[in-house]
Amino acid sequence: MTQPTGTEPTGVSRRAMLVKLGLLLNGVVGVILAVPIVRYILSPVAHARKIGYQSWLSLGGLEQFPSGQTRLATYRNPVVNSWDGETADIACWVRNVDGQNFQVFAINCAHLGCPVRWFPQSNLFMCPCHGGAYYQDGSRASGPPPRGLFTYHYKIEDGKLFIDAGEMPTTGSPVANASGVKSTCA
Amino acid sequence: MRVIQKVGNWLDQRLQLGAAIRDTAGHPVPRETASWFYVFGSAALTCFMLQIVTGILLALIYVPSAGEAWSSLQVLNHGISLGWFIRGLHGWGSNFMVAIVLIHMAQVFLFGAYKFPRELTWMIGVILLLMTLGMAFTGQVLRFDQDAYWGLGIGASIASRVPVVGPWAVNLMLGGPIIAGATLSRFFAVHVFLIPGLLIACVGVHLLMVLKLGVNEWPMPGRIVRRATYLKEYHELAHTKGVPFVPYAVWKDIFFSGFILLSIAVCAIYLGPFGPSGQPDPTIIQTAPRPDFFFLWLYAVLSFLPPSAETPLLMIGPAIGIVVLLLLPFFAGEGEKSWKRRPIAVLTILLVAVMLSSLTQLGLHTPWSPIMDAWSSVPIPAEYLQGRTALERRGALVFQAKQCHNCHSLDDMGGKRGPALDRVALRLTQDQLIRQVIQGGGNMPAYGKNLSPAETTALVAFLETLHPAGQPPAGNAAREVVLGASAKASSSTQP
Repeated sequence: MTQPTGTEPTGVSRRAMLVKLGLLLNGVVGVILAVPIVRYILSPVAHARKIGYQSWLSLGGLEQFPSGQTRLATYRNPVVNSWDGETADIACWVRNVDGQNFQVFAINCAHLGCPVRWFPQSNLFMCPCHGGAYYQDGSRASGPPPRGLFTYHYKIEDGKLFIDAGEMPTTGSPVANASGVKSTCA
Repeated sequence: MRVIQKVGNWLDQRLQLGAAIRDTAGHPVPRETASWFYVFGSAALTCFMLQIVTGILLALIYVPSAGEAWSSLQVLNHGISLGWFIRGLHGWGSNFMVAIVLIHMAQVFLFGAYKFPRELTWMIGVILLLMTLGMAFTGQVLRFDQDAYWGLGIGASIASRVPVVGPWAVNLMLGGPIIAGATLSRFFAVHVFLIPGLLIACVGVHLLMVLKLGVNEWPMPGRIVRRATYLKEYHELAHTKGVPFVPYAVWKDIFFSGFILLSIAVCAIYLGPFGPSGQPDPTIIQTAPRPDFFFLWLYAVLSFLPPSAETPLLMIGPAIGIVVLLLLPFFAGEGEKSWKRRPIAVLTILLVAVMLSSLTQLGLHTPWSPIMDAWSSVPIPAEYLQGRTALERRGALVFQAKQCHNCHSLDDMGGKRGPALDRVALRLTQDQLIRQVIQGGGNMPAYGKNLSPAETTALVAFLETLHPAGQPPAGNAAREVVLGASAKASSSTQP
């Protein structure tokens, strides 16, 4: 008497089917929402792959880098937001080898990225974190670094030194060339 | 009184929570668990609640912007009434929370609490530990100073070593090409929304399981856990012989939590907040970055791993550790619970404790780091120069000027990167000293290109004086035999 005769089998299956359809609808909407969310999250990676972060930056006139000496230089990172503050100011070491050839080293130790310091008296770069040391040409001298200092490509135009920079170099992605020494332009 | 009762009844009629709260508070626990050993879980929860409250208070002022965060911390420390105290509570609360979570973990491990049927409670506990450490690391980043900046650099350098996807992992972690505004924003989101949300959910499940499965009974040597009989035995201990949690056990939890809160407050008042250290300006390179206390052991490990093994060990080591912790209840889900019959468990805890504390101790002293200003600020002790020849004193000058002192100590002052040189003349002959200085080796850079022959001669002459008064310096016996007395005479005047 309580069960409406004849409608029971179709009624239950219809409700079950509606539940499944509803779940399916939510699943489809979920996937549609997930695609932009994942792309949003991966945007730093996508930017690096499509456009890249590197560009040519001036370190200033050559007169700042006397022959035979190694000097600290700074530049403003090319990809920058207004709220980055001083974190977008990056330092690097410029070595004027002989007045003709230069080497521009990243400030980051090749071990774990700490800032290396130049000691002109002993002609060594030393790292304060885990004790890595490098010779004046950037090659590894001692300590835990697996390689020499990261080197930026450079070129000289109108008496100014330019480097190809914009991304923090790390052991896994040494943005600059891996070999260490290269002059693209004399 | 009657009014309060009336209001209470009115509320309970609608909320329907009274019975549930009474059941929870009065749930039976085995009598022996009303113990001071069982207070660490509730103390960790207390710390977590303190962190939520003080975190919200800090968020009222803090600006999660790379350009402003550091100055907003200065305002918190100096410009806002008692802002320094809230920062102190949050910073010390974080240290206490990590410490108590570790103690809690050691206690439940030694008491066999991870065995049947509490395997999942343990596994969620492992995840809670990882999230607590995640909060500690991201919290250190939000204190956006030099240590935070270069600490992020270390994190990015480790992430970059992941095979294949390393460079992408770096961009994802930093939110861009360098450590900058986007980096701080995402660490803020992780520290304030993501991990706390997950922590609250996991703490809820963890607590619910402790209630539903009952707190681990006091382990008795010889009382073996078996899946077939354990539930019945536990029911006997808790329900037949047990006591209600409130008030029999709870008073110890309350007292200990109060003591911990008081300790955190005392530390905050007398030791103050942590930092911030210097501004997060990457062009200021006169800095020696250090991680916070609970990551010092990792900092030490990173300086001792050999370069060839570093990347694989960094990738595989933590993964193995976490998997072993997670799967522990499946290797040892049954059997003896008492630490008195589990010597390997006790040894494991002792070994881990000794290892972590030794590495932390090393991390506090960083003997592997050159002391960057030793060459100009640490003098050579006067007695090392008295009665020396002009050449030897000239060598002492070379020793300072070429920064040897940054890595080598004399009279326990100076760097500890290389060996102390107070008795070096006993260990190395003149020829060996010259070779070591010029060619380096054994983790010492080669100085051949940086020293003139005259400087090398002077330096080695100075090094040869470094031996105790009564003991002669090392010499090459063969040389004296072959060359006779002339060798001895020449070796004391020239290299």
